[in-house]
Amino acid sequence: MGILEVKGVGKRFGGLQALGNVNLSVQENTVHAIIGPNGAGKSTLLNCLVGKLIPDEGSVTFAGTSVLGKKPHEINQLGISRVFQTPEIFGDLTVMENMMIPCFAKRDGAFRMHAIESMEAETDLIAKAEAMLEDVGMLEKREMIASSMSRGDKRRLEIAMCLVQEPKLLLLDEPTAGMARADTNNTIALLKEIKEKRDITIAIIEHDMHVVFSLADRITVLAQGTPLVEDTPDMIKGNPKVKEAYLGETQQV
Amino acid sequence: MKKNILGLNPKDTKFLLIVVFLTLFTPILLQPFAAGSELAQFNGGYPDLMQKIAIFGIFAVGFNILFGLTGYLSFGHAAFLGIGSYAAVWMFKLLTMNVIPGILLAMVVSGLFAAAIGYVSLRRSGIYFSILTLAFAQMCYKMAYSVLTPLTNGETGLQLTLNDPRILDGAQQGSSLPVTNIFGLAMNSSYKVEALGRVFTFNVGFYFCAVIAILAFYVAIRLFRSPFGMMLRAVKSNQQRMTYTGLDPKPYTLAAFVISGMYAGLAGGLLAAMDPLAGADRMLWTASGEVVIMTILGGAGTLMGPVLGAGVIKYLENIFSKINEGVLHDWFSFLPDGVEDVVIWVFARFTGEGWHLTLGVTFMLVVTFLPGGLIEGLKRLASRIRNGSQKRDKYDDPDPEHRPDPGKRVAGE
Repeated sequence: MGILEVKGVGKRFGGLQALGNVNLSVQENTVHAIIGPNGAGKSTLLNCLVGKLIPDEGSVTFAGTSVLGKKPHEINQLGISRVFQTPEIFGDLTVMENMMIPCFAKRDGAFRMHAIESMEAETDLIAKAEAMLEDVGMLEKREMIASSMSRGDKRRLEIAMCLVQEPKLLLLDEPTAGMARADTNNTIALLKEIKEKRDITIAIIEHDMHVVFSLADRITVLAQGTPLVEDTPDMIKGNPKVKEAYLGETQQV
Repeated sequence: MKKNILGLNPKDTKFLLIVVFLTLFTPILLQPFAAGSELAQFNGGYPDLMQKIAIFGIFAVGFNILFGLTGYLSFGHAAFLGIGSYAAVWMFKLLTMNVIPGILLAMVVSGLFAAAIGYVSLRRSGIYFSILTLAFAQMCYKMAYSVLTPLTNGETGLQLTLNDPRILDGAQQGSSLPVTNIFGLAMNSSYKVEALGRVFTFNVGFYFCAVIAILAFYVAIRLFRSPFGMMLRAVKSNQQRMTYTGLDPKPYTLAAFVISGMYAGLAGGLLAAMDPLAGADRMLWTASGEVVIMTILGGAGTLMGPVLGAGVIKYLENIFSKINEGVLHDWFSFLPDGVEDVVIWVFARFTGEGWHLTLGVTFMLVVTFLPGGLIEGLKRLASRIRNGSQKRDKYDDPDPEHRPDPGKRVAGE
């Protein structure tokens, strides 16, 4: 029994069957990659996991709780954090404020009227946020306005914001899309470090094969809305069905 | 950790003290010109204007908690101002002429209305939210004007009468209407001091408003600096990230809406406390627009900006609308006849009835050249004075990542 169980999930948009009978089991403390060609339904699947979309059929259970019909913020409170394709951060706020917000969300839940307390008094949370920034090597940027940073730093900050909540499951939606090679390699190194140091399960959607094969423990290949095959990276590389459906005849892996 | 006075850091404490000083000395500061001189026209130190500046300052500070922090632009906040006034006048009629219960009821009632209107309006954001609040405010106005006449006295407006019960005040006999007071001290009593050829008026009503304005401002500082204030800025910055961080933006925005509605109710209650009548015109959409203009003119999202904006607009309204053609004749009588008529004609467009034109031009200039409002202007001025006038461009703000410090710039750049 995995930490995340997807059973028989289907989703239609009008006449388009985006997902059909998707079964997926993500085991605890592994990195599970979901790959597939454009339009395979990767993002639709991810949106079904975080509450942005509600599947037409099937079930999604996380650590024994059904997430169907729950709102995104409720699902986050269960322990799922999501990293977006383009970094979603609080651009107008400083890096430190960006870190404090998830700390408050983790401690106080979805809403708390802490209007009279001062920020300086929250020494525990400040220490926690600073330690996390230290971990990702951004402590010296704590007073910068988040939107003025480079894309790689924004990504780093977004991952730090997710990790400071100590999620059980981290969902990454093409974390290196549109990045320069150096930034991609930095992100891979960061994710590897996270995987080794923390008890965390990671599910990753990715186009870049380099990223997938250097991180994943298991890979699921989606094609036309259904899982084609699920296996270890080595077996996926050699699988002729995958080559045909996704990698193409000529591509070297 | 440094010791904080009243829960404020040293910088904010200094800031609050400056505001307290400015507020308490307003009667002197707004009376810079000697009585009888030509410029005495521009003296603003009379009770009616000073009270309005303090009251609309409160209104704008509250509006800014919603608009400045969360970015939700309400176009119907005058409804809460009007509701506050009606609630306060009813308290004066039924219970007592002491203003405290009236003001408290004003805040409670407008808070309830804000909760109901906010709950519905906040289902949408952006322009749809603005339109919804505008629609609700116009509904309130129309209802106060016609349907709810038994409660609001319709067109005439709600006024005190001699046979109101006023349970707590007991049998107050006499042929004149009682005045609003605070524990016996009448709101309209003033102490005039003549000094330096000027007449300074220290008015009870103004000082009452001033103390409440300072309290309201203090609460706003605390709120801006609190984790709650940070969450409201997060709402403005990125609601998607907020949701996926496990936070529900809705109760945060609703709380901000109710708080700013209560500030508006407080301001409405104070207006009634200064002059115990309430009319539906106070809820008209132009009144809602005025607080938007005040906030943007001063600087939305800053603490001091809305107060400054309220002060400037109320000053312009009261002073410029007083300058009629007769006054202009006195000023320009030294000019030859033909020229004088032309000059007076031009100036008359901007004064008296035409003061809105002055406001419009001011607003246009500020929004075009100082998008951060008058506060940004003051900040730029301060840094000019401190650093001397360097050539400034848009890359001048400090950003060590991409822009070298000015000191490290190559000569001749």
